[in-house]
Amino acid sequence: MSQAVETQFAARVIDLHKHYYLGEIVVHALRGVNLDFPKGDFVAIMGSSGSGKSTLLNLLGALDRPTGGQYILGGYDVSKMTDNDLSDIRNRLIGFIFQSYNLIPQYTVLENIEVPLHYRASRQAIDSEDRDRCEHLAKLVGLDGRFDHKPFQLSGGQQQRVAIARALVNNPEIILADEPTGNLDSKTEEEIMQILLDLNAEGRTIIMVTHEDNVAELAKRQIHMKDGQVAGDGLFRG
Amino acid sequence: MFRLFRTINLAVKSLLLHKLRSSLTMLGIVFGVFSVIAMLAIGEGASKQAQDQVLELGATNIIVRSVKPPEQSSSTTANSNSFILRYGLLREDLKLLSKENISGIERSIPIREVSAPVRYRHREMNCRVVGCTSGYFETNNLNLRDGRFITEHDQVKIDTIAVVAAQVAETLFPGEDPIGKSVQINGEYYEIRGITRTRGATAAIGGSLAGQDYNKDIYIPLKTMQVRMGDDNIQRKQGSFSAESIQLHQITLQINGTEEKKAEDLVIPISEVVRETMEINHKGKKDWSIIVPMELLEQAKQIQLIFNLVLGSIAAISLVVGGIGIMNIMLATVTERTREIGVRRALGARQRDIIEQFLVETIVLSGVGGAIGMLLGWLTPQIFSGTQWVYNKISSNTVEVDAGFNNMFADLTPDVQPWTLGLAFGISVGIGIIFGVYPAMSAARLDPIEALRHE
Ligand SMILES: Nc1ncnc2c1ncn2[C@@H]1O[C@H](COP(=O)(O)OP(=O)(O)OP(=O)(O)O)[C@@H](O)[C@H]1O
Ligand SMILES: [Mg+2]
Repeated sequence: MSQAVETQFAARVIDLHKHYYLGEIVVHALRGVNLDFPKGDFVAIMGSSGSGKSTLLNLLGALDRPTGGQYILGGYDVSKMTDNDLSDIRNRLIGFIFQSYNLIPQYTVLENIEVPLHYRASRQAIDSEDRDRCEHLAKLVGLDGRFDHKPFQLSGGQQQRVAIARALVNNPEIILADEPTGNLDSKTEEEIMQILLDLNAEGRTIIMVTHEDNVAELAKRQIHMKDGQVAGDGLFRG
Repeated sequence: MFRLFRTINLAVKSLLLHKLRSSLTMLGIVFGVFSVIAMLAIGEGASKQAQDQVLELGATNIIVRSVKPPEQSSSTTANSNSFILRYGLLREDLKLLSKENISGIERSIPIREVSAPVRYRHREMNCRVVGCTSGYFETNNLNLRDGRFITEHDQVKIDTIAVVAAQVAETLFPGEDPIGKSVQINGEYYEIRGITRTRGATAAIGGSLAGQDYNKDIYIPLKTMQVRMGDDNIQRKQGSFSAESIQLHQITLQINGTEEKKAEDLVIPISEVVRETMEINHKGKKDWSIIVPMELLEQAKQIQLIFNLVLGSIAAISLVVGGIGIMNIMLATVTERTREIGVRRALGARQRDIIEQFLVETIVLSGVGGAIGMLLGWLTPQIFSGTQWVYNKISSNTVEVDAGFNNMFADLTPDVQPWTLGLAFGISVGIGIIFGVYPAMSAARLDPIEALRHE
């Protein structure tokens, strides 16, 4: 891993390209995306289906390497990292929130929140301090009294709260959310968005993919994707 | 260390998610490990048993027995004017195979045995009447319940006295003290002077020696038998008639070591001398055989080694089958938990972490299975005696099985060697690793994005 450079940006993408090869056919999922994400930003990525939102988010999440261009995350150039380095970067700098929560079914709430701690670079065992932190986060997202519940005993909204707490446990540079409220009813959606707004108010950078205008309006900035390119990038002060 | 404990703990959690599936998978390993231990224990027990049987004959003894020669030779050599078939050891042999003639022989113990009805008042029992000398008592590990055994003095006096086995005493003298009473054999009266204790029967050894049941024995002085009964033995069975003339049935030679050489080293050379002597004295007639327990012991050990290898291999195959079961389940588990793998990768797990996770799960599975199998294996003797009990229940009232087999089975005690426990457990964990690596690797190689999208 190269030495990090101190910047005011949480993440930057420069002329990002992503091609998928399906036999003879090449799908150009991203064609030259340039974006800056200052620290403390709250971005909603919008666009029609197949426009490349998830592809962009996967690259931002260091789950994949771009076909071309550069991606600077927390001062590191991620575009040419090894698989192991990508794992470490994800663990340290990124918090994921998924549409379908993606909790580990056999683990309790607290154990689910602990998962990223198992994979920190030091591979240090979880101690009581860590456990306190997990409990604190669980309380923060409103899961007091449900620490030992398994995912199947929780509602969708509660599961998404666990996922948020899990995303926060390693104190990441950015939080990435792919349609975090896509599976929730409007009331729960509001609650979850409130948590994200509070986190953003504390200074956390959040990048979120959404289809819903009312959700997107809550963000500070909306980016519109079309055919693998940025079609619109507007600041919206809520 | 703590981290490992934690990893194991989480693996157990994942396995408990599918309790039935995990336990069924484990069962394969449980039985594999159990059968490895049990097979080796039974093999070891059988080996001990065989060796004990041989040792019972006396490791440093040489046994020479009468053998009925093959039919064709008997018809030519038998006297044409007599129906009596003469063969076997001669009293002359006894003189030749003695301390005086062959150095190293300590004592020569001859016997002659006849099956005959023994009567007391109105009671009758078919017994093995053994004409013997005082040495028979020790060489056959007999014990007295009452009275005394046959002495040299009895031989000299040609006394009509007898010593009976406990079972004979009980059958002929229920509620009476047999000592001092007389039984009738072949029309002659013999006064009972002693009673031997009940003694376990010996099993047949290979093809060389028939099993021996000591409980229907009645012992009389050899000299008395010769004088009172002669050498002929006429038997009528189901219309057929057979008459044989045998002077001695068996001579047991006790070998004693000298100052330069131990008895163990003398047995084989002396047995060669004995063989030659017999060869010459019987002019090549094969109406005798020689049994050297020491040779049998070596054979028994070798056969047992092969036996153990075969048993062990069969059991090991079942362990491999258990391992394939584990691999199958782990592959299914990986497919089923693809999304979990994707999530873990997204949260920062390296490929190595995923390998470790699934490998630990497999090892826990096979390790716990191995531990249970080890416990079962350790209880092999108890489980085996249960089997014997069931066998006895079934066989006692249905089939008539060869007594030799029954004895062998009844006396067999599986002997669990501690090292087999360790070995079987080690193999089971090893199998967990071998059959766990592939599923774990295929889990780790999944593309995180693909894995996350997996339904
Ligand atoms: N693994 C892949 N292999 C091949 N093509 C892919 C792959 N992933 C995405 N694509 C293609 O890339 C394009 C962008 O897909 P992407 O998933 O980023 O769209 P999206 O904006 O997230 O759509 P949605 O709103 O439906 O989630 C699509 O044409 C899609 O078919
Ligand atoms: Mg998408």
